[in-house]
Parts: sequence; C-alpha cells; structure tokens
Amino acid sequence: MNWRGVLAIYRFEMARTFRTLFQSVVSPVISTALYFVVFGSAIGSRIQEVEGVSYGSFIVPGLIMLSLMTQSVSNASFGIYFPKFTGTIYEILSAPISYLEIAFGYVGAAATKSVMVGLIILATAGLFVPLEIAHPWWMLLFLLLTAITFSLFGFIIGIWADNFEKLQIIPLLVVTPLVFLGGSFYSVDMLPPVWQKISLLNPVMYLVSGFRWSFYELSDVTVGVSLLMICVFLGACIFLVWRIFATGYRIKT
Amino acid sequence: MRPLISVVNLSKTYEGGFTALHDISLEIREGEILALLGPNGAGKTTLISIVCGIVNPGGGSVTVDGFDIVADYRQSRERIGLVPQELTTDAFESVWNTVSFTRGLFGKAPDPDYIEQLLKDLSLWDKKDNRIMQLSGGMKRRLMIAKALSHEPRILFLDEPTAGVDVSLRQDMWGLVRRLRESGVTIILTTHYIEEAEEIADRVGVINRGRIVVVEDKVELMRKMGSKQLTLDLHDTLDQVPEALAEYGLELQNDGQQLVYTYDVHRERTGITALLGALSEAGIRFRDLKTDQSSLEDIFVNLVREQE
Repeated sequence: MNWRGVLAIYRFEMARTFRTLFQSVVSPVISTALYFVVFGSAIGSRIQEVEGVSYGSFIVPGLIMLSLMTQSVSNASFGIYFPKFTGTIYEILSAPISYLEIAFGYVGAAATKSVMVGLIILATAGLFVPLEIAHPWWMLLFLLLTAITFSLFGFIIGIWADNFEKLQIIPLLVVTPLVFLGGSFYSVDMLPPVWQKISLLNPVMYLVSGFRWSFYELSDVTVGVSLLMICVFLGACIFLVWRIFATGYRIKT
Repeated sequence: MRPLISVVNLSKTYEGGFTALHDISLEIREGEILALLGPNGAGKTTLISIVCGIVNPGGGSVTVDGFDIVADYRQSRERIGLVPQELTTDAFESVWNTVSFTRGLFGKAPDPDYIEQLLKDLSLWDKKDNRIMQLSGGMKRRLMIAKALSHEPRILFLDEPTAGVDVSLRQDMWGLVRRLRESGVTIILTTHYIEEAEEIADRVGVINRGRIVVVEDKVELMRKMGSKQLTLDLHDTLDQVPEALAEYGLELQNDGQQLVYTYDVHRERTGITALLGALSEAGIRFRDLKTDQSSLEDIFVNLVREQE
C-alpha cells in the first residue's frame, strides 16, 4: 500500500476545505440555523411534540443527515471532478498509487469533512433545542457509514460527470428530494398509509430512521433494517467504484 | 547495455477508431537525452502517456528498468517523472505544498532539504510560499519540472518543454536539461523545435503517423542522412545553366549570381573536382565559394515527406 500517497491526497483535499472554510463549514451551519428558524419555530410551534420529543429536537437527526449526505456527495464529487477538469489528474494517474488508494484518499477526506460538518451542526443544534443521544456509539456508526457511503456515491458522480451541470444534477434532483422525502422533518407514521408504503422505497428513509433511533429510540423501521440498508447501499457503491476502476471508465482512455 | 525503457510492438487505437500508434518498438538507454520529433498528431504524447500510465496501452509491452508498466506499475512509475505539455496546476496551492504533494503521491517520505535544494536549483525558492496563480508562465514551467523531480526519478519525460517559451527561458531550460543529464537522469523530450533536438539530444527519434521513422544517434543521423551544398558566387550572371553542366544537377539562384551544387558526402566521389573542371572549360568564373551541411530540420522534413 502507498499510504503516503493516500495521505498526500487526503491532506491536499483537507487543505482545500480549510482554504474554503466559509463554503465548506460555515455555510452549512448557517443553512441549518435557518432550518431551525423555519421548521423549528414556525412549524414546530404548531406540531409541538412527535412521540414525546419536541419537534425542534425531533428534526435534529434529519437535519444532520441532510447536511451529511449532501456534503459527502458534493465534497467527493468535486474532489475528483476538479483534477479531471483542470487536467491535474495526470499526476494521480502517473503516480505509483492504486485506484483503491486513490479512492481512500478522496473518499476519506470527503467523509471527514462531512462528519465535521455533521458534528458542528449537532453542536449548533444544541444551542437551539435540548438534545439527548441515547446511543452515542450507534450515532457515530451511522454518521460514519452514511458519510462514507455518500462520499463513495459522490466519487462515482465525480468520475461520471464530464461537465459542471452533470456534477450538480444528481445531488439536486435525486439526493436532496430523497432526503426531504425520507422523513428528515417528519415521522413516516404521520403520512397517509399509501405514502407510508411509498416511503419504504426511499433508501434514505432507513438511514434517517436509524440515525434518529440512536438519539431518541424512535424509528420508522427497526434499527437492524436501517443498518442492513446502509450496508447494502455501501456495498453497491463499493461495487460500482470497483467496476469503474476495473474498466478505467471516464478516467483513462 | 540493457535499455532503461524498452517499448516492444506498442500500438494504441482510441475509442473513436483513431490509431495513434502502430507497433512501435523503441529502446531508451540509461543516461541519454532522446529527442522525439514529429508533426502534430504523430503519436508522441500518446507514447509518453502510455509509458507514464496515463493512457492504457493497446497491444505490445513496455518495461521500465525491467518492470512492466501494467503488471509492475508501482515500480515502473516511481522511476518516472513527467512534465506534461499543458501547464496544469492547482492555481490556489502554494509552490512548496504542490511540490511536497507530488513527492507524497509517489510514496516518498518528506524531505524538506531536498525540496529546498530543488526549488533553489530551479530559481523558485523565493516563491515557495506564493500561490501558483501568482507565478509567471516561465516560473510555472519550472514548477512543473520541480514537481516531476520531487520524487527523485531516474527518468524524466518532457513533453514539449519549451512550447510557447521565450528564447532566453529556452536557453535556461536547455541548460537545466543538460545539468539533469549530468546528474544521471535519463531524459526523453518531445519537441517541435528541431534546433532544440540539435542542441541538446544525444539521439533523435522521428515519429510520424504513429510509426517510428528512424531512431539514431544525432551526429550519426546527420552524417548518414545529411547532404552538403557547394555554393559558387559567379563573376558574371547566367541566364541558365549551360548544357555542358546538366549532369551535375546545378541550381541557379539569386538572379543568376549563384550556382548551387548538392552532393552526398558519403559517396566515393563527390564530383566537386570534375565540376570545377567543367566550369573552367565552360568559361564560367567565380568569385567565392562556400559549403553548407544540411541541418537536422532538413533531415526531419525529408523523412516526414518521404513517409507521406
């Protein structure tokens, strides 16, 4: 293993985060604060409690998941797309580093950044609403697995995209709607029966549900199913990345 | 002597069907400077890109210091540094960080002393904290070389190193290439500038339409393929070359004031003595004479023309 190569990519990507600190960290925190104002105060004042948890507190796991997923996808996709766009990818391709190590570097950095953002949002939420974390280790496990999975997904998008529009299209048209419709701001039980069934087709619902369980022991599906679903999604992403590297798809001619 | 790089029957056809390389075979010796000459689209960059791992090979094989570029890609790539044609850099990164990044990418432990010396050698030390976007074109070109040398490679590929570079910087670059060769680095450069190959290369390879036309020691190539010209400044102008001199294939130039005779230096008889005798018999007097050796450029143009 070329661990120094992995570390070089990781550090390079992390340095980019700190160079663009406002965009990378401050911006999601501000967005989250706005969500609290809109959803927590305006809507929360009408909903009051969901299964014994105040609405403001109830949406915290969903908000963290929303940022975690979107940040993971955008960080990883931009990380690998930008060298392709500027041409600096030649350096990665000509280095004695395997595809797996390249993925480790980019995905590791993207996941680190999104976990950082997730934890900052958690801390920010603590300023607005009372928080309790019933299963902190499970919370961390879900946080990490989701960050890694969606960073891998973002990495795939970054390799697939050959222009900036394609880079944005999946996060905007697929990830964000799935997160919003995946129970981030409500319990699936609050939906009419038909929509409850449709929600079961949304993979993000399982992730939000499992993550929320680690906070309040409230979930739409059992935690085992949530864990299984995220492992399936992770496996699918790993398989796709492996196929991309095996064929050199959109990396090498 | 075992070649440092061995290319055997290498071919490459891109997805669109364009064949960039046709069964190329080439050996590169340790410590030499090999110049690859060829017109645009000849396959120079494809060849370099395959050896460096940027483009997948089609058929054939390439070994670097005995290591196959596909099966033993780690060992082969760690021996190679590449300076691409385009100045592709991360504009927001600092000089020091980008060079250190490349060293890390190639699996080398940090060595600030080496990087410092490298930047000093390339006159970039005072810019080490500057962002790349703040550098001039010449500095960026030197930075690309610093990045390529950051992991102490034994082989350096320079793809069009002086394209778009002014005369002064080009001279500096040639000096740098010579110093690198003296330090034991094997250098392969592609160029459009024939005088660049003439100036610094030990051997010259001409590539055209994906095929190697010739690979030869530069001096030997010029000796073998070069021709000489004898130019006579005439005392009296001529309207045409006299019939009696037709067998010499003379050209009348400069409004009839010069006669030019082209001859092969390797033939047993150059025909100069006979020509001078024939001129005397024809009553043609001359004031002065000079000879010119054909340049590498003439040889290159002829080789490419022959292929077409």
